[in-house]
Amino acid sequence: MRIELNGRPTETEAATLLALLAERGHDPVTVATALNGDFVPREARDTTPLHPGDRVEVLRPMQGG
Amino acid sequence: MFYGIDLQSRLMLGTAQYPSPAVLREAIAASGTQVITVSLRREGPDGAAFRQILSQSGCRILPNTAGCHTAREAITTARMARELFGTRWIKLEVIGHADTLQPDPFALVEAARVLCAEGFKVFPYTTEDLVLGEKLVEAGCRVLMPWGAPIGSGQGLRNIEGLRAMRAHFPNVPLVIDAGIGAPSDAARAMELGFDAVLLNTAVAQADDPVAMAAAFARAVEAGRMAQAAGLMPRRDMAAPSTPVFGTAELA
Repeated sequence: MRIELNGRPTETEAATLLALLAERGHDPVTVATALNGDFVPREARDTTPLHPGDRVEVLRPMQGG
Repeated sequence: MFYGIDLQSRLMLGTAQYPSPAVLREAIAASGTQVITVSLRREGPDGAAFRQILSQSGCRILPNTAGCHTAREAITTARMARELFGTRWIKLEVIGHADTLQPDPFALVEAARVLCAEGFKVFPYTTEDLVLGEKLVEAGCRVLMPWGAPIGSGQGLRNIEGLRAMRAHFPNVPLVIDAGIGAPSDAARAMELGFDAVLLNTAVAQADDPVAMAAAFARAVEAGRMAQAAGLMPRRDMAAPSTPVFGTAELA
């Protein structure tokens, strides 16, 4: 299915948010996730299904002021 | 005290815009800061090096919600930051205007109310507006962070009388000047006015020598704090001789 990952149209086989992280090679401990604008806690990722058109954000620590 | 935490250093430092990760690391050390601000972003080029600096700095992490323009964005970002950094501290920014980077006071209070209720320790980036400050305290904020001037502008304390009034109006709320500081003298002035800390980034990061500038700011903040504690002399409109007049020789 086609989703939007960090603003980019992305084709994925993943059925859940956790599977998406694995598919993309993200270390699940060093990222925080949001689905369609809402925070998804780490422990809820494997029970969070993905649907076509979902907007997923995978964020990391970055420099900031 | 900032949410029960007593800080020896009253300089909080941003981590963006440094010429290299190595300079950032040295600037943090030179500043003596105990609190550094960070953000959440999609992966950038030097993510791994940055994470290492964070873990090795020994500093308390203050994640921000920079770039958020709605309460919902800021709330989601804060929740993500809490999980990622393992802290309930959050520098709450809800930007209302793209040019001035002025906070949106209505969305700021809305987001602060939600986050405080969820147990966050909210550091709101606000203006010197007293009513807005009161609404934030009512929402549960136990620290307020008024701007000195627009973010990144380096204009210093643009409304000194307004900031003075804010200090007097909130005698028991820790107040941090956040944004707009351009020179160490601005930071010293903020501390002389009785503010509890200053938070800055660009003035250090964009200096020709960020490490030396970080040290300069550390001394200015310390000097301003010492001066405030020592009690500044009152201003006079006219001159007053400091050398005794009594005993002056007649040589005319």
